[in-house]
Amino acid sequence: MARALINVPAKAKRGEIIEIKALISHPMETGYRTGPDGALVPRDIINRFICTYNGVEIFSADLFPAIAANPFFSFTTTATESGRIAFRWIDDRGQAHLETAEIAVE
Amino acid sequence: MSLAFTRRALLKTAAAGAAAAALSRRTAAQASGRVVVVGGGFGGATCARELKRKGLAVTLVEANAVYTACPFSNAVLAGLRPIETQQFNLDAVEKEGIAIIRQRAVRADPQARRVVLEDGSSQDYDRLVLSPGIDIRFDALPGYDEAAAGTMPHAWKAGEQTILLRRQLEAMDDGGTFVMVAPANPFRCPPGPYERASLIAHYFKTHKPRSKLLILDAKDSFSKQRLFQAAWQELYPGMIEWVSLSSGGKVIEVDAKTRTLVTDFGRHTGDVVNVIPPQRAGQIAQAGGAADRTGWCPIDPVTFESRLQPNVHVIGDASIAGGMPKSAFSANAQGKVCAAAVASLLRGEAPAEPKLINTCYSLVAPDYGISVAGVYNPRNGVLTDVEGAGGTSPVSAPPSFRAQEAVYAEAWFQTIAREVYG
Repeated sequence: MARALINVPAKAKRGEIIEIKALISHPMETGYRTGPDGALVPRDIINRFICTYNGVEIFSADLFPAIAANPFFSFTTTATESGRIAFRWIDDRGQAHLETAEIAVE
Repeated sequence: MSLAFTRRALLKTAAAGAAAAALSRRTAAQASGRVVVVGGGFGGATCARELKRKGLAVTLVEANAVYTACPFSNAVLAGLRPIETQQFNLDAVEKEGIAIIRQRAVRADPQARRVVLEDGSSQDYDRLVLSPGIDIRFDALPGYDEAAAGTMPHAWKAGEQTILLRRQLEAMDDGGTFVMVAPANPFRCPPGPYERASLIAHYFKTHKPRSKLLILDAKDSFSKQRLFQAAWQELYPGMIEWVSLSSGGKVIEVDAKTRTLVTDFGRHTGDVVNVIPPQRAGQIAQAGGAADRTGWCPIDPVTFESRLQPNVHVIGDASIAGGMPKSAFSANAQGKVCAAAVASLLRGEAPAEPKLINTCYSLVAPDYGISVAGVYNPRNGVLTDVEGAGGTSPVSAPPSFRAQEAVYAEAWFQTIAREVYG
């Protein structure tokens, strides 16, 4: 579906607040724009983003047509245990793009 | 435009009394009034000369004895021309009868219609034209302050910084990496970073062929992008890597000691690093209250009068000129339009609605030029691109066409330099 970039610290101390960043390349076509032929360009956006930490949701967002192309999220969480942070973007066709990162918590 | 001015003009005329009756029709129609122009770059020097030709008393405030022009300074970086060919002075401007004050203007008081100079003296004006160019925002990119510019030059104001970056490129070993940080819009000279990358690639190809260039960009698209990228493929295959915003190209922090550039998703280091940081209108525009929260100056597109301060006009890179890019060509065109408007306003006439033109040439190699041109007119309060006018060089063209555009580029520079400083 698209190309995504994520940034999760490889290591953290237990209880530390860590910053997580995620960017996906996506046109976020609003559905309100006309193409060169005068016809509406069909809507095609990412409408949902979910981030989980060892399977538990820590951040999610609903996205709408007013959000610009290539949506970028930056948020924080508390490093509680070593494991996997997973990212999921879902588009209008129901297709999902997945990325994961491992974090070691000492 | 203000009532206060109109009243003052009337009083002046009345005070002239019987003498006024003796004036010829033509003389009476000429504008009178004192105009102070701040900044002797392409915009300010053009405007001062045009105002003088319209019979106005003009004072030009410029601290630097030598002006180093930015257009073509990328060719200096690539070793293709000496910096002296970029340098001009105001001797010819002075000979035209324009009073030149070699000081920095530090403050403007639009209520008193007075501009204050660094030695504490002041100049009164009826109309003030600010053409201060840009200031580098040393507060915008963490780690990039004035000291850092000594290690990782911006070279976005031509002069010492240009020479510093040139020396670093000369000292770099073959096989080294040059990294450029390109800013988000708006900034001076939109195609400039990509012309610079092209000409440095030319220098590498001819002198240090194992070297590479990396551009970390805070944008997803740039001026003349298709032309530049096609030319890079053709002339410098595999040498230039461009990392766009959506590919993680935005630099959020720099470390001058280690020449490290931090993005949201990684770190990069280079043997030579050129940081083109965010910019804003020159200091006097900020101190004169002509700049808004963006750091740039909103203007009326017909007169270039500030939307924030009466009787103050802003031209060139410092202004928010709608679709017009921040270029020497634009500044020159705006200088002429502004001078005509100021003369009309001082005569109490309505300024004519202008049409402005800009052309930006870029060199991809010494014999490979590309260009973008546009025509602009005021529409709904902003300078707007006239649809169907202007355009860019064709995407596919024979080498002779590119060579011809390189000749036009040089001819343009000679012409504008002669017009403004000759």
